[in-house]
Amino acid sequence: MKKATIQLETLTCPSCVLKIEGATKALDGVDKESVKVLFNSSKVKLDFDEGRLSVEDIEKAITALGYEVKKSQVK
Amino acid sequence: MQRFILSRKNQITIISAILIATGFISALGFKNETVAVWALGIASVLGLAPIAIQAYQALRVKVVSIDVLVTIAVLGAFVIKNFEESAIVTFLFLFGAFLEQRTLNKTRSAIKELTEMAPESALKQMPNGEFEEVDVDEVDVGDVLLVKTGAKIPVDGTVLSGEGSINEASITGESLPVSKEKSSTVFAGSILDNGTIQIVADRVGEDTTFGKIIELVEEAQDSKSEAERFIDRFSKYYTPVVLLIGLLVWVFSRNLELAITILVLGCPGALVIGVPVSNVAGIGNGARNGVLLKGSEVIGDFSRLDIMVFDKTGTLTVGNPSVSEKAYYGDEIEEALGYLASVERESDHPLAKAVLEEIGDTTFSPVENTEVVKSGGITATVDGHRVAVGNVALMEREGVLLSEQANADIDRFEKNGNSLVLTSVDGELKVLMGVRDQIRPGVKEDLSRLKRLSVKNLVMLSGDNQGTVDAVSRELGLTEAHGNMLPEEKSAYIKKLIEEKKQIVAFVGDGVNDSPSLALAHIGIAMGSGTDVAIETSDIVLMNSDFSRLPHALGLAKATARNMKQNIFIAVGVVLFLLASVFFSEWMNMSIGMLVHEASILVVILNGMRLLRYKLRKKPKQ
Repeated sequence: MKKATIQLETLTCPSCVLKIEGATKALDGVDKESVKVLFNSSKVKLDFDEGRLSVEDIEKAITALGYEVKKSQVK
Repeated sequence: MQRFILSRKNQITIISAILIATGFISALGFKNETVAVWALGIASVLGLAPIAIQAYQALRVKVVSIDVLVTIAVLGAFVIKNFEESAIVTFLFLFGAFLEQRTLNKTRSAIKELTEMAPESALKQMPNGEFEEVDVDEVDVGDVLLVKTGAKIPVDGTVLSGEGSINEASITGESLPVSKEKSSTVFAGSILDNGTIQIVADRVGEDTTFGKIIELVEEAQDSKSEAERFIDRFSKYYTPVVLLIGLLVWVFSRNLELAITILVLGCPGALVIGVPVSNVAGIGNGARNGVLLKGSEVIGDFSRLDIMVFDKTGTLTVGNPSVSEKAYYGDEIEEALGYLASVERESDHPLAKAVLEEIGDTTFSPVENTEVVKSGGITATVDGHRVAVGNVALMEREGVLLSEQANADIDRFEKNGNSLVLTSVDGELKVLMGVRDQIRPGVKEDLSRLKRLSVKNLVMLSGDNQGTVDAVSRELGLTEAHGNMLPEEKSAYIKKLIEEKKQIVAFVGDGVNDSPSLALAHIGIAMGSGTDVAIETSDIVLMNSDFSRLPHALGLAKATARNMKQNIFIAVGVVLFLLASVFFSEWMNMSIGMLVHEASILVVILNGMRLLRYKLRKKPKQ
């Protein structure tokens, strides 16, 4: 399991949080319990299994919703 | 295509505003209905595009968002050919989102200022010995880094070579530069004002003190209280329910216009955004003023505080004992002070340090035959004189006669909370000193401010003797003060307050030996000068150990809690008002509903923004 912190463009509507949460939780290999979308700091924090998907896959899922990914960090 | 439309929301908003204006002018001014219908129709389609895309994306991840409600409502308006409504509703929705973004950025600005102080790059020594600029994420523990004048220290580390002065305001709040040399510790986020140094990295990234502060504040601004989690759960089901009601209304009344109006009026707008906005602005204000508040739960508890418990040493007092009163008896005082200093110079007792500081420059003489008397003091031979330094018991043992004057002084010094140091030379009392831990400057005023913020009880706990504790308590006007307490007795006392008396308790300590009490109290407040223990175990950190931040912290917590309640009240009130007026009035329609919604969102954001400027009144209200 790896920990990813993804910085997004500024989030302005709280329903964005629900959408991003839904999209990332639906990905295979993402630990559903770990997904945290921080509204005010516009960040997504989650744990994922790098054997099953890469951080780029997660970024892609978020970009597909129309939110720009600024920077991501995996530890 | 989708991305193109979404990234041009602002242009679309402007075009749709122009089209709407054209439509109304041609309809009302020139009575040209065709142009009007076309203009408003195009405006509606343009405006709907980004909203519909967002709605589609939301539905794909099984979320019924506000976009979904608005899209259906606008499509419904198309069906009944009400282009006026559809154009205005889409425009207001987009324009509202634009204003929301602008104002939200304002409420977040204070915390952004803090996070932007994080270092981004570092000059790292490569295997060939040269320094190269790298991203701060690429620095590992043990790397050697070069920091030049004006640059940010990238990591927590130790100086290897060079010297300079560093501004550590971002860590400690102290604005005066601190000078650093070989083997000094430096902190990430502080700035090298002048000089050049090489450092070795001890802690990097999120492990640095600054990294921890940032993480804490970032988590805090998004932490949710019980009430907020309830709103979240509620809004998850709220929008589908509104959709369902709209559908039922349409099925049973066959009135499409009423049904789509309900969809727009039912938008949860201000409710979901009201509380986070207050939270981020309140925590931002704190971060700017040296108060770290760990989240909205803390703010809620702190605002309902009953009792505040203080540790004495290092919190209410400076933690550095000094001589506060002294008296001399007989002649040859200069010599006596020299003997006293000579004896004390060899002792590591905390009182000895205070005495030496008080005497300052003097003539030291060789000391012989030193004898330490348990719970009494020291006797020795100095320059052929027998010198005794210690308490009253030691003087009695030495057979020193205390004059009436001396006895009166002793009583007075003790009553004022002093520990006594008596000095006799050849069996005669020469010097009496009262040593006391000084109260922090300004603490008395800060405490009276806390009382004005309606904290009912101020209690002090201390390991010192009851006499000292009582003296401090009298001077500060505390409600209660207990001495002779061990750390575990302090935490037992707090436990009793919480469990038996059902009080909401805050504990203020320096975070070093009070960790159990800090953790046990509802709100643990650490006087931290950027120490990790303080940051981790407590709920609120007062940066740079600045006690005067405490009243501000309490006032801010109360203001923030109040602000959240106002925002919830506004949001719920608006929805109820809109729904009531659609059933009981003639004038309510989609456009007015959307206007009121967007206005209410702006009102809660602006209300939240007031917290950024919050300042505690210096004087009580007349």
